[in-house]
Amino acid sequence: MDENLIIESLSPIERTLLPKLEKDWKEIKELSKNAATDQTSALRGIGFLKNKELVETKTEEEKVVDLGILGIHYLKNELPERILLDKLQERKIIPISEIKNVCGLNDNESKVALGTLKKKAFVEIKKGRLEITAKFEEINKKMPEELLIEKLPLKLEEIKDLEKLALENLRSRKDIVEIKDEKKIFVKLTPLGEKISKYKIDDNLIESLTPKIIKQNSWKGKKFRRYDLSTPVPRIYGGKRHFVNQATDYAKSIWLEMGFKEMTGNMVDTSFWVFDALFTAQDHPVREMQDTFFIKNIEGKLPKKKDKEDKIIETVKKSHENGIDGSLGWRYEWNEKDSKKVLMRTHTTCLSARKLREIGEKKEFPTKYFALGKCFRNETVDWSHGFEFNQTEGIVVDENANFRQLIGYLKQFFKKMGYDKIRIRPGYFSYTEPSLEIDAFHPVHKKWVELGGAGMFRPEVTIPMFGKHIPVLAWGPGFDRIITQFFKITDLREMYKNDINKLREMKVWKK
Amino acid sequence: MTILTLDKIELEKKVGKITPEIENKITEMGTPLENSNENEISIEIFPNRPDLLSLQNFARALNQFLGKKEPAEFKINKPEKDFQVTIEKSVKNIRPYTVCAIVKGMKFDDKKIKEIIDIQEKLHNSIGRKRKKIAIGIYPLEKIKLPIRFKALPPTEISFQPLEYPKEINGKQILKNHPTGREYASLLDGAEKFPIFIDANNEILSMPPIINSEKTGRITESTKDFFIECSGSNLSYLQKCMNIILSSIYEMGGKIYEMEIKDEKEGNSISPKMQPQEMKFKIPDIENTLGIKLSEKEIKKYLEKMGIKYENKNNQSTAVIPCYRTDILHWIDIAEEIAIAYGYENFEPIIPEISSTASEDKMSVTKRIIGNILAGLSLIETSSFHLTTKKNIKKMHYDFKDFIEVEDSKTERDTLRIDILTNLIQIISENSSAQYPQKIFEMGKVFEKTTDENSETGIKETEKLSIALIDESINFTEIKQILDYLFKMLDMKYEIENTENSNYIIGRCGKIIVEGKEIGLIGEIAPRVLKNWKIKMPISALEISLDFLE
Repeated sequence: MDENLIIESLSPIERTLLPKLEKDWKEIKELSKNAATDQTSALRGIGFLKNKELVETKTEEEKVVDLGILGIHYLKNELPERILLDKLQERKIIPISEIKNVCGLNDNESKVALGTLKKKAFVEIKKGRLEITAKFEEINKKMPEELLIEKLPLKLEEIKDLEKLALENLRSRKDIVEIKDEKKIFVKLTPLGEKISKYKIDDNLIESLTPKIIKQNSWKGKKFRRYDLSTPVPRIYGGKRHFVNQATDYAKSIWLEMGFKEMTGNMVDTSFWVFDALFTAQDHPVREMQDTFFIKNIEGKLPKKKDKEDKIIETVKKSHENGIDGSLGWRYEWNEKDSKKVLMRTHTTCLSARKLREIGEKKEFPTKYFALGKCFRNETVDWSHGFEFNQTEGIVVDENANFRQLIGYLKQFFKKMGYDKIRIRPGYFSYTEPSLEIDAFHPVHKKWVELGGAGMFRPEVTIPMFGKHIPVLAWGPGFDRIITQFFKITDLREMYKNDINKLREMKVWKK
Repeated sequence: MTILTLDKIELEKKVGKITPEIENKITEMGTPLENSNENEISIEIFPNRPDLLSLQNFARALNQFLGKKEPAEFKINKPEKDFQVTIEKSVKNIRPYTVCAIVKGMKFDDKKIKEIIDIQEKLHNSIGRKRKKIAIGIYPLEKIKLPIRFKALPPTEISFQPLEYPKEINGKQILKNHPTGREYASLLDGAEKFPIFIDANNEILSMPPIINSEKTGRITESTKDFFIECSGSNLSYLQKCMNIILSSIYEMGGKIYEMEIKDEKEGNSISPKMQPQEMKFKIPDIENTLGIKLSEKEIKKYLEKMGIKYENKNNQSTAVIPCYRTDILHWIDIAEEIAIAYGYENFEPIIPEISSTASEDKMSVTKRIIGNILAGLSLIETSSFHLTTKKNIKKMHYDFKDFIEVEDSKTERDTLRIDILTNLIQIISENSSAQYPQKIFEMGKVFEKTTDENSETGIKETEKLSIALIDESINFTEIKQILDYLFKMLDMKYEIENTENSNYIIGRCGKIIVEGKEIGLIGEIAPRVLKNWKIKMPISALEISLDFLE
């Protein structure tokens, strides 16, 4: 950079520091004293100068012995042993039991004071009373401990052998001295710095543009101090939507753009809508407690129509037991009580079931619906399993709906979610036929990962809803897994952890 | 999820070299490849295909799919003398059915014995529902004397030496002392009599669904002929299950013989029933479902790839389904078979032009608008679980009792949340290392019990918004400013009325009222609550129900 430009970009702190710097190492503490500034500002200024390659720095670490909290107190008010010695000189004899009161020391201090003086052979205990035994001159000389605390702080290596014993004595007593690791930063000019520091530095640059300067036109003919634009600035954080909600909003917009209506509904539902209406046999493992959150002590009700039992119950029962429309059914005795069990929905497909019933009654199709919401599975939580997760559900009800369209909608959705390479393969769900699974190719793991399932509702599902088989395309891929790749989440437990630091730092959804 | 792990060399003997291309075919067949290395190959078997749970059956299906094998036909031999099983009345109300067969001429080796035991276990655990629906037993013919009787006796009158046990014990003791007995004891819960198979020498063969006898119920390398039975309560499942095992044994070279079943209640029949099943379908139905054109020739080719024969009987398309398939319930299942054979990857995706008007749920729109307003005020949205713990709820609502609990949760969370604020305060308590101020909000459902006659679940779900602010000097002003701004942006008015609530400081808690209706609370959180969460700074907060916006 042009030397003039460098000079014009020197901030006030840099301009203050520069003349105080030399080509030999100088400690920051000393520098800030010379420049009459505080250490933090000096450090910042040195940082700026370093960015401009005007100075070099080095850091040295050393052990420093300094006063602790009690040490500072004793430095002001004398060590307990000195207090005791003074009182003893005054009174000649003090009963042991009265040391505390006479000297105004606490238990511990009086014990230490007595111990120290005995060790130095200054005192003796006779019949429970303390007397001085040492000579006057000896007593009035400063003790090594006293000398030491007056000299602190000292570098550990500067402590002389004679002082070491005193240091050990003091260290064995709490909070009088402490040994700290201290960092010392040294700074010196680079050749360029030397050169610049020799220039006469024009301090007539405008630092901040003020309303006064604008009003008085005093900026005319003057230069502004140049900023170092690469200097890091303190971080700020904005408010934002939760990252999962950012992504769900986007996913909803994909379905809306394709003309889908949104369906919503309860998270708690009866087994009838979650399982039975979806042709899931009552002894299917998914209906067992180890997979599903059943609600304790509540028995639900089956759907009603104007106070009468809904006809759908009878058809669902029939479809399970002996089948309808030529289907063989599951061939078992369907139990109404099982379908009244209340549970946290294991999939959003119960919303589709209820919606199909509604569409069937109103005979309003062709039509398309989507849902995006939480589902619940009684799972042990690990990196790839959560007990609450989102599902993106969809149905297309149309007499002309077919399997190719199903693949069409799914490919379109996943493409917009950022998955160009997906694989469609056979799958199995008790309520759809044909069924399919969607896999995406994981670019890092170099393998196919499962994204979710779809299919066409079986006649055993649609007939109770519509009175006859109407093709219904249906899908319900798990949503959370789809967005982990974008947010670089490798552990599903991170999704709903609400670590505020992470939420603040997290990038926004953008596809 | 059932994973079938096969010896790769054994499989390759049957289907040829397993190249990466064949591995793809395996997935395309509807049996996703999980893993493949030098020695083993693992595939996932969906619950509708228990018939694929053995090497023999899987190899047959793969060969058919690759076009190397025709649909299977099974040659069954007529019963010989004494090939009989009598089902006595005594067993009819406990375990009413059994289907049986005799197999001859098997050449067992270690691998085959392991395979048979493996299929048995896999079937028990899948369609057998852990032996509840189906239990399978196999007995070397040389150890038993035909005919067999299936009957029930009081447990104390049943005495034999169960497998892997040093001595003879009675039925009750088996359930108590034998490890397998203990594992499955619940299946005979409350039964006064236990079912047994017993031979013509009055030797007990087994006590299904628990265990076989050590003397008669163990196959070894010297076994050539054996008696096999499946018992349970659903005859059609038993027949399917038996057919799955027998079709596998048939592939191993076993000769299958029928048995006469003399059911004292339901009359006589012949077992097993390995004839294929016919299902009629219409080609246009298949075409409309799949969205492709198909000639009869193509239909035939595709079905054969799936091991199903096609026949045109009097101008009626008929699928002849092999006896081991349990999953073809309706013509729609034929459609999927054809789709799989056609290849899912070969379907050309289309998006039809159906005119339909998109519409977003009103509450979703409301929530997004509110979320954006609050984010504009530098608040961060959180997203927490609907399931929480009673302990957490009690840290706020100390006298709350009407918990909605879930059964047997695998995590500590076993209760539905009653508000969102508790979650927000928990989040704050877990984030003491993050920079302050922290301003967070969340929207979502909370749950309460209801006696509403029209509720099918007895639980009412309400959408709520909660906001919590924490900093050294946060007070009522900051939270009210947010409420003010929010209502101004929504062009709505609210009032605040003083109230008392144990979660808030007295004199600093208000009801928020919109059009005469209370929608929630606002205030400074009581220090008692803060202490419960070990929070060291004040929080001001609000929680409102969002219904009023609809």
